[in-house]
Amino acid sequence: MPIASSADKLVWRYRTPHQRFALWAGWLALITLFVFCWQVMTKDTIWSFVWDAPQQAADIGDRMIPPAFSYFPELIEPLWDTINIATLGTLIAIVIAVPLAFLAARNTTPSTRTVRPLALLLIVASRSINSLIWGLLLVTIIGPGVFAGVIAIALRSIGFIAKLLYEAIEEIDESQVDAVTATGASSLQVLDQAIVPQVMPAFAGISVFRWDINIRESTVLGLVGAGGLGLKLQASLNTLAWNQVTAILLVIFAAVAISEWISARVRHAVI
Amino acid sequence: MLRIDNLRKRYRTGDEALKGISFAVPSGQIVGLIGPSGAGKSTLIRCVNRLVEPTGGQVFLDDLELTALSRSELRKARRRIGMIFQEFALVERLTVMENVLSGRLGYVPFWRSFARRYPPADVDKAFALLERVGVLDQADKRADALSGGQRQRVGVARALEQDPELLLIDEPTASLDPKTSRQIMRLIREICAERNLPAIINIHDVLLAQDFVDRIVGLRAGEVVFDGPPNALSPEVLTRIYGEEDWAALQRRPDRETDEERGAREAVDGELERRASFA
Amino acid sequence: MANSNAAPALPETNKNVTAAARAWRRPPLIRNRALRWTCGAGVVVYLTLAIASLQVNWVRIYQGLERGWRFVQGFLLPDFVSRWSDIVIGMRESLTMTVTSTVIGILISVPIGIGAARNLAPRPVYLLCRGVIALSRSLQEIIIAILFVAMFGFGPFAGFLTLSFATIGFLSKLLAEDIEDADESQAEAIRATGAGWWQLINYAIQPQVMPRLIGLSCYRLDINFRESAVIGIVGAGGIGATLNTTMDRYEYDSAGAILILIIAVVMAAEYFSGYVRKWVQ
Repeated sequence: MPIASSADKLVWRYRTPHQRFALWAGWLALITLFVFCWQVMTKDTIWSFVWDAPQQAADIGDRMIPPAFSYFPELIEPLWDTINIATLGTLIAIVIAVPLAFLAARNTTPSTRTVRPLALLLIVASRSINSLIWGLLLVTIIGPGVFAGVIAIALRSIGFIAKLLYEAIEEIDESQVDAVTATGASSLQVLDQAIVPQVMPAFAGISVFRWDINIRESTVLGLVGAGGLGLKLQASLNTLAWNQVTAILLVIFAAVAISEWISARVRHAVI
Repeated sequence: MLRIDNLRKRYRTGDEALKGISFAVPSGQIVGLIGPSGAGKSTLIRCVNRLVEPTGGQVFLDDLELTALSRSELRKARRRIGMIFQEFALVERLTVMENVLSGRLGYVPFWRSFARRYPPADVDKAFALLERVGVLDQADKRADALSGGQRQRVGVARALEQDPELLLIDEPTASLDPKTSRQIMRLIREICAERNLPAIINIHDVLLAQDFVDRIVGLRAGEVVFDGPPNALSPEVLTRIYGEEDWAALQRRPDRETDEERGAREAVDGELERRASFA
Repeated sequence: MANSNAAPALPETNKNVTAAARAWRRPPLIRNRALRWTCGAGVVVYLTLAIASLQVNWVRIYQGLERGWRFVQGFLLPDFVSRWSDIVIGMRESLTMTVTSTVIGILISVPIGIGAARNLAPRPVYLLCRGVIALSRSLQEIIIAILFVAMFGFGPFAGFLTLSFATIGFLSKLLAEDIEDADESQAEAIRATGAGWWQLINYAIQPQVMPRLIGLSCYRLDINFRESAVIGIVGAGGIGATLNTTMDRYEYDSAGAILILIIAVVMAAEYFSGYVRKWVQ
């Protein structure tokens, strides 16, 4: 305890000696880990490139401005594709994530020994793999195009939505569930009348939040061939047409800003 | 008619919440359950409709043994028991009507409740009940838009929508101000008289219990230590139930009250009502 | 049913309640009827157009399913051995990138987060920090990675810079919001004692935001690892590059092995962060 007695007097210290040692050891370990990782990471770094970077940046910056305004009309259809990838992918993910969340939540799962761990595993698997990697996999399997992008976004979003949703389900007010159970309702009726109304605001917020993130992620899926603005980005990078790249980045920036505004408004309205 | 026979509840940690409770409640009688915190009052009430599973003993509703029912039979039996909760336990995001109609959930199939297409008779009953408890004008409002007293009235309406044969009431006035508490207790008493319903009311306000119930059961540490009429609650009995305290101060003695004391008391009651109307 | 359904007389009713006349429907989500129908129609039109634009090549999908099946087999029977040295290099890069970028990211994010809190920072500093945060958040990590690779060359150093920059946008924003939401009365009390600005931070703000900051840092560690597994595709180091090559060479069992490793590390990180967060509480 920070309060100790020494020589018949009560003494107060911020931390006990034990705590101080633990803290010091912790910091030491962290710094050692950091230095070790830094050494390993930069073993093969060509430092001349690093010092050269400002020069490179200025060079690219020169070529990026002014943006290629004549390029904008070509970007409309890829933008439409990108929005579809995000929206359709989120919708498919919702359809799968909702039942999965109910299976994973401690208070609604049919069995905590078998079904719940399996559901949690599926959620972790979906979350761990970035949508770009899903895109890579799907393009090899079902070919390039918007459809691969939709599925890639859906697969990634299932884990995100299901995780946040099952946490919301576990935090509901149980007395409302008790009350509905006491009327003699079946489990399905309890779900519909007492649990679903409580998680509705969280569900709406989570879905719109993920849609917003998906817009961001859909813009770059094309880099692996899964359709949308990323395809144009890939083409422009390959030809080093930096002013076209700027145009694309501006469109991406605008799309992200608008979707974030929509998402913030919806989440505020639903609380 | 409810009969409780040697009911026991022991938790896995070893705590014995109920140590063999036995009593019977005839139709139309209102029983007030009093006792200190942790005496087992809430547990007892929840063991009757098996929201908490008893570990021993039996509960009979008329001739039906509630403690021996399977899950689906229990659901049917629960329809006959209406429950009213301390923190109202309304589904806050649903409207008042939906909350009252949820009393019929045990009677309608899932698709009806999902689509909110209840039989017309149920809907009429809901309107009548809302009017009876005095919140008909709030019918389409969300439950969390109502005041505490109004919410508790909706809770009463929901329990009655089940056409119950027994009411289990868990501290209905703990979250309400003094005036609203008396209004709710009065409402419960009138309704039980109208429908000849037996009721067990778990209550911690001894004065309120004395004014509104027919019979008092005192619980202490999971055992019945008193079973009798409200006017038999002497300081010795209260000490037996709750422990040492200045019980004389708690009990009003109208025959010993002087005009001056009565005036002061009425002034205090009036002040409480005035403040409650601002809350 | 032995229960009688007859409702007894209701003596208190003094209004005229006609029995079978009143119907009830749940009030709809959007009360304005015209608006409701427009929204519904809009949704239907959008979905039709969007699904139509998909141009699904069912033949190609059917042909690809065979490859997909081989991939699932590769996942169930992964091959850790044949590409082991590449996998080790890739994982080493990813893990070191994650640690270094998260540490540096936190170090930079804290001052920027404090500077972006309206109740603490003077206005020009506030605007500058908010600008940096907006820039960091609007660009997707991959795009930042492309730019940094072009500037700094291939390899994990560019990846480290990418992830650090991305961390700023995430942590600073949430930290600034937390500081703005902090209980003002505690800050007031400390100010009333005559404390200086740094003391104010240390006594009034830090205790309130520390637990959440630690939780968010653990979460960002997790995100950075997942990102580090991807930016390798554009040359910024990490296991993403290894994954890309195995996919190009149709070595699905090695690809499966890499994915399993990624999932395993993410799960371990989640346990670790849960443990740390409990310890902080």
